[in-house]
Amino acid sequence: MATQQKGQKRKETKKLGKDRLERVIDMMRGIEDHTVDPFLLNVDEIIRIVQEYFPEWDQPEELNLDAEAIHHLASVIKLQSEWVKQRSTSLYTDPFLLEERIIQKDKREMTELFLQAWHPIVEQEQVTLRSLADALRYWDALVPLRERWEQPAVTQVATGITSREELTDQSILRDEAFSTEMDRYWNELKQKTQLKGKEGKLEYMDWVGADTYTETVQRVYITSFLVTYGYATLDVIPLEDEIYIMPLWEPAAKQTRQAFSVPITLTSESWQKWKRGKKP
Amino acid sequence: MSTKRKGAYTAKMKRATHMLFYRRHQKPGVKGWELRKALSSDYPKVLDVLDDFLKPLDLQVKTVFEDEKAPEKPAIDDLDKARFYVTLRGDLEPKESKMIGWRIDDLAGLAITISFIISKKGQAARRDVEELLGEKLAGWKVGLNLDRYIRYGYLQQDDNEQLYLDWRTRAEVDEKALIDLLLRGDEQDAKLSKGKASDEDEEEDEEEKESE
Repeated sequence: MATQQKGQKRKETKKLGKDRLERVIDMMRGIEDHTVDPFLLNVDEIIRIVQEYFPEWDQPEELNLDAEAIHHLASVIKLQSEWVKQRSTSLYTDPFLLEERIIQKDKREMTELFLQAWHPIVEQEQVTLRSLADALRYWDALVPLRERWEQPAVTQVATGITSREELTDQSILRDEAFSTEMDRYWNELKQKTQLKGKEGKLEYMDWVGADTYTETVQRVYITSFLVTYGYATLDVIPLEDEIYIMPLWEPAAKQTRQAFSVPITLTSESWQKWKRGKKP
Repeated sequence: MSTKRKGAYTAKMKRATHMLFYRRHQKPGVKGWELRKALSSDYPKVLDVLDDFLKPLDLQVKTVFEDEKAPEKPAIDDLDKARFYVTLRGDLEPKESKMIGWRIDDLAGLAITISFIISKKGQAARRDVEELLGEKLAGWKVGLNLDRYIRYGYLQQDDNEQLYLDWRTRAEVDEKALIDLLLRGDEQDAKLSKGKASDEDEEEDEEEKESE
């Protein structure tokens, strides 16, 4: 019974301690946000509260609250110290006192005072013989305005019809031949994967490999665009040193994952090895 | 110092004098990096020598650092970013201020404005400054004067009509000395009023002479 009462009392003390610490932390936050005067806080009193309840804390969140209170207290002491430093600097002056002084003084007194603290910048303005000579040289070299502002001659051209090739050259239209070529390769990849592929994928070299090295390079080039534009994807198994290509039945509309580059080296030697029926 | 080295320093000092005395940009003064480019990396030494030469003429080479607070031991990087001017070393007599184109009213207005802004931690509402100047200056003159101080570079104003001290105040005015002088007690006041009385007498004498 006595133990139960003791436990109940400890619980109440803890609750009271938590409430007090939370109130203190709130006040210190106000000081840190410059909404409360830092000297309204009695630092000794806060330290006494922290010390009083510290033996009661055994849970991590309780110890955390205690540490938070100490942390904020340190910030407030820093703010108090900054305030004292600022007030003690020679340039800190009570604005009301200064205003009073300014009003008391007449114009002459004020000017005499200011002259003792004023060191105006010294500047010279002078034309020299050399600067005149330079200016004359510049004038001689200066192109007349009528020549400088002359409108560029624009040749008149009769309106006509442009060709698809011209528009493609100027990047206004896409190169239809290239996209047609990509479509052809995509269809071929899908068919070949269905016929020869395993688990919907085809070994990369079996896909790009052709009768000649030039043709193989051409296929590698187009394949890189198939992958970039989302018509196919690569499956790289680094440990096995194997690369597979998988056609996508619908082109991927949007990149959902971070894009990355896969460097694949294709030398004439590796193509010959593949041709001889070996792995590159 | 060898003759050759002396000659090199003399040439550098001449170049530094031209750069500092003649305005090169819209604002007067020269940036440290410009001096380094023109005089080599030992330009701080050249400026020290030049400063010694200017001393008897009551002029000085003034360094204004980029940050408001000047570093105790400036590094070469701080100096490169700083702006250098030639300013008066001592102070001007009241009569001399007329010679350089300032009316006493305008100068007093500038002194009041600068002191007031310093007292307000470097920022004051234009309305408050106008009110303060309006105590002793004609209303139509207050606005004109403030615009003039802004145009000259003593003050700057933001979109919210707040006034701040600008580059020229930092180059020309010893802010600490100004506040100290303002707050100095009655002793200073008495000294000033005595000076004022003698100046007024002198001025009256001059005016009399002129009328004769």
